[in-house]
Amino acid sequence: MYQYDEFDHAHVRQRTEQFRGQVARRLSGELSEDEFRPLRLMNGVYLQLHAYMLRVAIPYGTLSAVQMRKLAHIARVYDKGYGHFTTRQNIQYNWPKLEELPDILGELAEVEMHAIQTSGNCIRNVTADQYAGAAADEIEDPRIWAEIIRQWSSLHPEFSFLPRKFKIAITGSPTDRAAVKVHDIGLRMHLNAAGDPGFEVLVGGGLGRTPMIAKTCRAWVSKHDLLAYLEAILRVYNLHGRRDNKYKARIKILVHELGIDEFRREVDEEFEHLRDGALVLPVEEVARIEKHFAPHPFETLPVKSDVLLSYRSVNFDFARWYAVNTFPHKADGYRIVNISLKPEGGVPGDATADQMDAIADIADRYSFSEICVAHEQNLVLAHVKQDDLFTLWQKLVELELATPNIRQITDIISCPGLDFCTLANARSIPVAQRISQRFSDLKRQWNVGDITLNISGCINACGHHHVGNIGILGVDRKGEEYYQITLGGRADENAQVGKIIGPAFPYDDVVDAIETVVETYLDARTEGETFLETYDRVGQEPFKEKLYATA
Amino acid sequence: MTLQAITANRLGDGLSVFLAEDGSWSTDFAQSRVVEDGEAASLEDAGEAAVAANHIVGPYLIDVEAVEGGYRATKYRERIRIDGPSRETRPGDHKHGDHKPGANRAA
Repeated sequence: MYQYDEFDHAHVRQRTEQFRGQVARRLSGELSEDEFRPLRLMNGVYLQLHAYMLRVAIPYGTLSAVQMRKLAHIARVYDKGYGHFTTRQNIQYNWPKLEELPDILGELAEVEMHAIQTSGNCIRNVTADQYAGAAADEIEDPRIWAEIIRQWSSLHPEFSFLPRKFKIAITGSPTDRAAVKVHDIGLRMHLNAAGDPGFEVLVGGGLGRTPMIAKTCRAWVSKHDLLAYLEAILRVYNLHGRRDNKYKARIKILVHELGIDEFRREVDEEFEHLRDGALVLPVEEVARIEKHFAPHPFETLPVKSDVLLSYRSVNFDFARWYAVNTFPHKADGYRIVNISLKPEGGVPGDATADQMDAIADIADRYSFSEICVAHEQNLVLAHVKQDDLFTLWQKLVELELATPNIRQITDIISCPGLDFCTLANARSIPVAQRISQRFSDLKRQWNVGDITLNISGCINACGHHHVGNIGILGVDRKGEEYYQITLGGRADENAQVGKIIGPAFPYDDVVDAIETVVETYLDARTEGETFLETYDRVGQEPFKEKLYATA
Repeated sequence: MTLQAITANRLGDGLSVFLAEDGSWSTDFAQSRVVEDGEAASLEDAGEAAVAANHIVGPYLIDVEAVEGGYRATKYRERIRIDGPSRETRPGDHKHGDHKPGANRAA
């Protein structure tokens, strides 16, 4: 993985020391809260419902075991012994003290981490496919370009005060696991007619109060041109994006209002000024970054592991975990392992300090010391030998990290909701916990099969409810928590926004309503049909009938 | 007549606090000074003074109602603020009222 050079190190250290001074001046009263707020937000520090919150950037979700241990250490020493992994592949701490935040940032800097650009109207952490560098269907490791984009966008003077925040996601596979179509810019690597890898550049996707699926701005952009093309898009947005109305300030609104053709024309015009200029990276610089993402020294192994086969045949629990939580790897004899952070009744995305330490140890032993955060709020050990899977699974079982539920109904994406967030209108986490308990029977979950369920506690949609096969949105109705259900959303390469099924349900009834949706699907499905396939075939009516028949 | 209390976040550690009867800012809502809304200005004055003294951030009034044995916030948002996250707790996690950051720090 990428390692800081002298510029990265100097920059992060300077920022930490600068922030130390700012915090001291805030505590002494030299800076008022109004003066301090933008400074703390530039360093990822929010003030939430109960306490400060620190959001730490995990570039494209990739962590070393050393970094994971540091995250555990911070959770244990400065917080309450746990952290929360987010849909932006970051980690949030819910209880840091302002007085200690400079020390926390200092600790992070020791392991090449920081919280810069995790807030504010700038280019945020670039997110990527959690199977990057490992997926069997991958063309190239997208993190090479994610890292290049990270460097280009870090402290970019022109793009530090955009009309609104800006999120870029990238995938190197035809299967989109990074939800690129619901980002301000989505990059999808593919080969052109000549067989050269480049990027489809999608623009104007996003969730929030106006959900939109990104449109193709250019079907194929070469690596050579990528930064110039991105800069052209950002320039057009920076110039024309609305600054008068926060709710209309994202690039999706600009693309929608101009129309993609006019937007593209303006980008192309800008691109002509920029191409082949300063943003063309020297070949040796690209090679330097590529080296950091060179494939691990995989052993030459047979495609099938006899050890694995024998354990799968004798241990049903292991066999199910293998089938549900692991994924094909590009190297023979290896497998991608998903660590579910969705135990029965648990808080989606939470991990304790002890779990983080243990995962770091496991990564050292079994997966080249590398861990990736998935935007679904799980963790990935991307490079595990098939021969090691049974031993690894046993360790995960002990740690309560082996719930076999990836892409099952209890693999819920959930924002922190009103339990932590000042913006929320309703709670998300307890709803997720109750659904997780209701569907705790694993056989029942597996019978339901492939499905995504996402929950947001307000219209800002941090929980991606619009693109869950089942989406739940918490709203405040005259001082009561209500939950609106949407069906048919998806976040993959065929991304679409779900449709509201009908009137919202009160807190006490929402879990029953979800169960009704699932039972309706089970009644209506034909052999082998997923939830989404059934929904697409039968439409909303059967679900509406069941949900509102007795109401 | 509505009853009101006043809450804020403590500057140094960010924890939510409530103006207490004795004039201090306490993490324990049960100590809260509760007034009728006609007298809310006195709470706001105390809030402003504590902001000026660098003790708290963002004070605001909350509506409360009398219940058996004391008061509770009218809005569920403020009840969560008072009681801490409503999710089930897990090892190492405590309601914020007895939150002691650093207590488990190695010597």
